[in-house]
Amino acid sequence: MAHSSSQSAPLDNQFAVSSGRKMFGNIMTALVFSCVAIAAIPLVSILFMVITKGLGGLTPAVFTDLPPAAGVAGGGFRNAITGTLITCLIGALISVPFGVLTAVYTIEFGRGNKLSQFVSFCTNILSGVPSIIAGLFAYGIVVLATGTFSAVAGGIALSVLMLPIIIRTSEEGFKSIPRDTRLAATGIGATNFQSVTQIILPAAMPFIATGVTLALARAAGETAPLLFTALFNQYDAKSIWEPTATLSVLIYNFAISPYKNQQALAWVAALIVVLLILVVSILARIVSRRKVY
Amino acid sequence: MNPSTRPNSASDTLENNDIVIRTENVSIFYGAFQAVRNVFLDVPKNNVVALIGPSGCGKSTLLRCYNRLNDLIPGARVEGKIAYQGVDLYDPKIDPVEVRRRIGMVFQKANPFPKSIYENVAFGARINGFKGNMDELVERSLRGSALWDEVKDKLKESGLSLSGGQQQRLCIARTIAIEPEVILMDEPCSALDPISTLRVEDLMHELKKQFTIIIVTHNMQQASRVADMTAFFNAEATEGGSRFGYLVEYDKTYNIFNAPKQQATQDYVSGRFG
Ligand SMILES: Nc1ncnc2c1ncn2[C@@H]1O[C@H](COP(=O)(O)OP(=O)(O)OP(=O)(O)O)[C@@H](O)[C@H]1O
Ligand SMILES: [Mg+2]
Repeated sequence: MAHSSSQSAPLDNQFAVSSGRKMFGNIMTALVFSCVAIAAIPLVSILFMVITKGLGGLTPAVFTDLPPAAGVAGGGFRNAITGTLITCLIGALISVPFGVLTAVYTIEFGRGNKLSQFVSFCTNILSGVPSIIAGLFAYGIVVLATGTFSAVAGGIALSVLMLPIIIRTSEEGFKSIPRDTRLAATGIGATNFQSVTQIILPAAMPFIATGVTLALARAAGETAPLLFTALFNQYDAKSIWEPTATLSVLIYNFAISPYKNQQALAWVAALIVVLLILVVSILARIVSRRKVY
Repeated sequence: MNPSTRPNSASDTLENNDIVIRTENVSIFYGAFQAVRNVFLDVPKNNVVALIGPSGCGKSTLLRCYNRLNDLIPGARVEGKIAYQGVDLYDPKIDPVEVRRRIGMVFQKANPFPKSIYENVAFGARINGFKGNMDELVERSLRGSALWDEVKDKLKESGLSLSGGQQQRLCIARTIAIEPEVILMDEPCSALDPISTLRVEDLMHELKKQFTIIIVTHNMQQASRVADMTAFFNAEATEGGSRFGYLVEYDKTYNIFNAPKQQATQDYVSGRFG
């Protein structure tokens, strides 16, 4: 068709988009943009609400004082801030070594074999387990066994939720390393241990760090698994074997309390949790930018 | 570099030299598939031995056996005997890691570690338990691979930031740093430009004073330039239709290229190969 008509019609006419097609394109573009806008509404409005309601109460006292009794003015929640940090830390201390070593096995040694397939299957299931079940698990094996709610129980519940995230991202990290690099290490006489610890792990470190921060961000906001593991504490926990206050449980307690002051503090705590997650996520972006491969 | 002097130097080094690696009736299998059949090949000390032959005839397969890298391939199996300085490499008592420290491998594709140039070289020495002056060893190895002048001011930069040719020489430096006795090279120049190739070839002449080198190459000129001994491999189809590789002829490089005893060798080196 092109030959005869291209001689008669000018070129730009030939390639001009018909007005119907142009209009369809414009409509679709508008549609996509409005979908993006709608998708952003929840995030923006949550941030807006948390900031407007929480920012006013953000005083130094929040970081230094203990939660106020019912009806009492002022106060803060330093115990909940340290509690959140401690339970998350315990969760990370458990899940990071297990998660990274699991990934070392599934990718470096058992790639494709039955056991590593089974482990991947379990990881998938684990990542779908509702967080309250993780709490129930920690309640069963720690709280009932030790006879007390504690930061350790909370940390163990969180570690169950963090584990699949860390396994996944570490696996991605190990997969990104070319086979040639492993061969190079083996070809000049590195043992498996040497090539994993000195070549593979350092090269996968940005991925692992991303996984750890993502897992921490998730853990910092979890409430359900902490309700009956770490429980809550009006005061500073004296050890990790005592009931421990956390930000998320504090929000839960204070948000439904009838007292205005406690409700206001719940908003401040919410703001701090959001900021915490924001900072951790930004950190994750920064470390994952330093990719080696 | 002058080809006309090569046959003399080859024969000089050959006669009065001891054998580092003896390959006695070696067959190599991948599962039920026999990739290489009945190879006899002796590698003299401080020589460069080139393995040439058409694609798929098992050159890489044989090369990998010399430092037990085939152990990593599930189903790979070696029959016959490969002796390194009289010791059977496939004796169950032999530690493959130890073998690879004595017989290092340089690969076709340059594969530096994602570490600094310095660390790339130091890695091999460290895993080998090197206790001496690391800076000095790194410099010596990089000089040994003719890379020192290009990188001496940026040892802290990533090995991956170098050009392909520099990366390959870095990989050679890394192998030299483990102070092996034999260096295996599988088509080390196939991804390099002619100038880098010549540098690596010059390097081989230097290196063979200290090491024994076995190199796989598809480049006939390269074989004739660098090798003292050349082994020509060919592949043949069995009745079942699968192909196995075998050693056709192994001789001084000069003889292989100028007076081959086998017709197949003659055809291959003269480029008339079906
Ligand atoms: N990992 C492996 N698993 C199964 N078979 C293999 C494996 N590696 C090589 N082979 C087979 O063994 C034979 C020899 O392969 P090899 O790679 O040693 O040939 P080559 O001479 O090095 O060829 P090229 O010159 O193309 O590199 C081929 O038929 C190949 O298909
Ligand atoms: Mg090959």
